[in-house]
Amino acid sequence: MISKRIVLHFPHRLVDQPIIYKLVKDFDLEFNILKAYVTPQEEGLMVLELTGQEENFEQGIRYLESSGVKIQPLSQDVIRNEAKCTDCGVCVPICPTGALVADPLTRKVLFYDHKCIACELCVKVCPTRAMEVRF
Amino acid sequence: MRTIKQINEKIKKGQVVAVTAEEVIDLVAKQGIKKTAAEVDVVTTATFGPMCSSGAYFNIGHSKPRIKLGGGTCKLNDVPAYCGFAAVDIYLGASALPDDDPRNKVFPGEFKYGGAHVIQELVSGKDVRLEATAYGTDCYPRKKLETLINIKDLNEAVLFNIRNCYQNYNVAVNLSDKIIYTYMGVLKPNLGNANYCSAGQLSPLLKDPYYKTIGIGTKIFLGGGIGYVAWHGTQHNPTVKRRDNGLPVGPAGTLAVIGDLKQMKPEWLVAISMLGYGVSLAVGIGVPIPILDEEILKTAAISDEEIYTQIVDYSNAYPQMVAESLGEVSYAQLKSGKIIVQGKEVPTGNLSSYTKARKIAIELKSWIKKGDFLLTEPVAPLPGAESGYTFKPLKERPI
Repeated sequence: MISKRIVLHFPHRLVDQPIIYKLVKDFDLEFNILKAYVTPQEEGLMVLELTGQEENFEQGIRYLESSGVKIQPLSQDVIRNEAKCTDCGVCVPICPTGALVADPLTRKVLFYDHKCIACELCVKVCPTRAMEVRF
Repeated sequence: MRTIKQINEKIKKGQVVAVTAEEVIDLVAKQGIKKTAAEVDVVTTATFGPMCSSGAYFNIGHSKPRIKLGGGTCKLNDVPAYCGFAAVDIYLGASALPDDDPRNKVFPGEFKYGGAHVIQELVSGKDVRLEATAYGTDCYPRKKLETLINIKDLNEAVLFNIRNCYQNYNVAVNLSDKIIYTYMGVLKPNLGNANYCSAGQLSPLLKDPYYKTIGIGTKIFLGGGIGYVAWHGTQHNPTVKRRDNGLPVGPAGTLAVIGDLKQMKPEWLVAISMLGYGVSLAVGIGVPIPILDEEILKTAAISDEEIYTQIVDYSNAYPQMVAESLGEVSYAQLKSGKIIVQGKEVPTGNLSSYTKARKIAIELKSWIKKGDFLLTEPVAPLPGAESGYTFKPLKERPI
């Protein structure tokens, strides 16, 4: 079993297609929607946690790509501009998944991007705007 | 035990023993007050956090023909500066906003650019757009000025902050069922988080709680350059309740500080945007504490476990001026990542960067050890715990 968080970009022609349904039905994959912006006539964006057998997972990804969905790993979604971060730590209690943590010894703020679900709560809360969204 | 003069002699000879306010805690724990006081000459303290009552004044030089900005208007990168002075002196406040900033019209406002950003850009050596208007006089005929300015060309560029370096500060929480946007950050409903803002055991006025060594004229690290304590800061409140160790249990003393902006560095003067609140400037300050006797060392070696502050509700008590504490916590508890408020475990976040404060304390220590930074005798004391000096609310009266 593998589980990965991915960002899907749907071109507007695919927005009304039951793409996610097919992932479940044809490839036996479990999904958990972390975020979605899907508006008719516009590009759709969905952040998914996708879980299943490795073989099915890869076939599912191939299916998505062949349908015209662009896929990117989630860690590229929210990034930290290290030059701007002052390690204050005001983001730490805001982060719902513990991706931002104050190191007890150094007091540096650590960013575990594999834990990030790209909710973007930290982006506007950061006083120096060091957390940036990249698509 | 020793005088500032003697310490300065040791600094000049390269024999001074300087440690940071963090290092001194371990030293005292290991070898006791007596031995440490005999060894250590100076303890360096520091803080790096948002300090809204900051700003800078500039003399931009006279244009040809001359213009008198006094009584006119002046904007730096669209941010209005105060120009109610003579011809070409202006003052820019850190929290000033461009006239066309939407503020909180679309709530919560983002406050992406303000006076603090202009100050940081100037310190970074970037050109800044100056646009001014004047009414024109016989001696200052010009009515309009539009030019780029750069910090290196200004006659004076001086950081003058009227309230910095708070001695202790509240922990902010939200008891309401709605998210709130404050100068203490975003506070989630129903005690979702607790935000504090202090360097705790590194913070200057917490390590010299009775202002025995820090006074008017004290030379400090300010924004990466040299500065001085100019006065006590606004809202200085030395007569608040203190614990047996002398430490105030809530916000108390403050400092007004001044220094040459041209020497400062953008690393230590950082513009910040508080969602739904406004723009502020995070200022880096380092203050040396000369260890003149054992009592001064005792307070300089106080650790986070012994420094307490109040938990305050920012949904009601703070805005409504209700003096109400939800309890007391130590900085050690705050730094553990969670505190208990009304029986609930609440995650904590700091607005003040302890990492940066530590770097400043180390930097100031190295300046002193290298002989680049001599200590000063204060020329006058700050109003102290017994002074009767208090921070009064506004008494509104009908006009």
